Amino acid sequence: MIETRNLVVRNGEFTVQDANLRIAGGKYGVLMGKTGSGKTTLLEAICGLKRVVSGSIIVGEREVATLKPGARGIGLVPQDGALFPMLTVKEHLEFALRVRGWSAADQQRRVDELSALLQIESLLKRKPHQLSGGERQRVALGRALSFRPATLCLDEPLSALDDDTRHEMVELLKRVQRETGVTALHVTHNRSEAETLADVKLHIVAGEVMQVEKFPAPHIPLAR
Amino acid sequence: MTSELIPNTEPQAAASKWREPPSDLPFFAGLGILAAFYVLLIMAMLAADVSFAAAEWRKALASLLTEEIKYAIWLSLISCSITTVLSLWVATPVGYLMSRTNFPGKALVDAILDIPIFLPPLVIGLSLLILFRQTPLRYLDDRFPIALHIPAVIIAQFSVASAFAVRTLRTTFDEISPRREQVALTLGCSRSQAFWLVVLPESWRGLLTAATLAWARSLGEFGPILVFAGSTRTKTEVLPVSVHLELSIGNIEGAVGISLLMVVVALIVLVVVRLLAGSERVARS
Repeated sequence: MIETRNLVVRNGEFTVQDANLRIAGGKYGVLMGKTGSGKTTLLEAICGLKRVVSGSIIVGEREVATLKPGARGIGLVPQDGALFPMLTVKEHLEFALRVRGWSAADQQRRVDELSALLQIESLLKRKPHQLSGGERQRVALGRALSFRPATLCLDEPLSALDDDTRHEMVELLKRVQRETGVTALHVTHNRSEAETLADVKLHIVAGEVMQVEKFPAPHIPLAR
Repeated sequence: MTSELIPNTEPQAAASKWREPPSDLPFFAGLGILAAFYVLLIMAMLAADVSFAAAEWRKALASLLTEEIKYAIWLSLISCSITTVLSLWVATPVGYLMSRTNFPGKALVDAILDIPIFLPPLVIGLSLLILFRQTPLRYLDDRFPIALHIPAVIIAQFSVASAFAVRTLRTTFDEISPRREQVALTLGCSRSQAFWLVVLPESWRGLLTAATLAWARSLGEFGPILVFAGSTRTKTEVLPVSVHLELSIGNIEGAVGISLLMVVVALIVLVVVRLLAGSERVARS
């Protein structure tokens, strides 16, 4: 579950005011808004990359507004992938696991799982500059999912892709979210992306969030 | 708006609407002439050195083979390398702090960091000399000789070279998007881990440039060394001091020989760095 209550976040002159949103566990939430509407600011606040002025952020069952980003259990997929240029695809998938002290065997098992899930087995030895746009986003998704977070934040992850690749990635996102049972918050300004993916649609206008459609929150057993 | 200012009915306006813009030739010719002038000046300086030394090559070579100059070569190479390591060690955290953090008085600190670049070199040497004659540094200097000894050579080089390394690394860190660091934080890194695992590997080219710049600056450093470390032969004599000493006794051939040696070393460093940086760029593209 991702929930914000009366969340206030400041970004320079701009303020996200009293943002209230709720995405039930295992659901796919899409947050839409124009450039400069505050959607990335809100996403960064949820991930712990922007300091919160007031209000609360609940991820899973925990209040995380004061926790460090790494303690929140949120995987982040940024707009351009933001892959690490010096690391191979395999090292991207292992990165969080190494930092979190997983054993080599567990790391290997997780890399195998993820590369099969995202169909990137043949890319494991490549570096980011040897990947296409769609491949990069697959790796970014794999890196974000690697440490098994219950929540995934995606910041316009498909905006730099051509139409065919975008369509492919939308299908992949849907499948991955269904298979992992992760709760997703996906920021975009693309309407068709939102239509295809969203269980919950949210709009943000000038820093104010409106929950457009609410879905009942059925219990979905997490496939993990 | 244009149509309001220039009504379409005027024949002149209609004609000028389709007029071809003037030729770009004079613009590029001007740029080319100015650029050529400067490039030729650099090449002519080097060519003059070479032709002078070639005419007097026996004397020039003989000066390079004296014990004093051999000592100066070694002291230059070693002191520059130590200075480079020290400069990077200081400039990396300073550059990172200046690039990634905001704090009260940042503009002031930023200006202070540039002082060694703008201050006349002799003044830096004099300031260091005076500083080490005052407590508590005087106490240190009395026990472990610094001023007018080899440590002074390194401190003098470090004072200037670090400023250049800081500038270079700050630009490097500015150009690295903080986004990747933020992703690392969400993956479980502390700020320190994100720095060591993500930022530093990515900034290797900036580190290399900063190191080269620091090394080359140190090799050419003269003013602060002359004042703070002195110019004692086979003691605090580095290559620029040698040039000065040779000139002061009228041995121009010797001075040119030593200068050419520094030119060659500097060119080798420049070429090696360009090749390293270039091959990585080609690999990436």
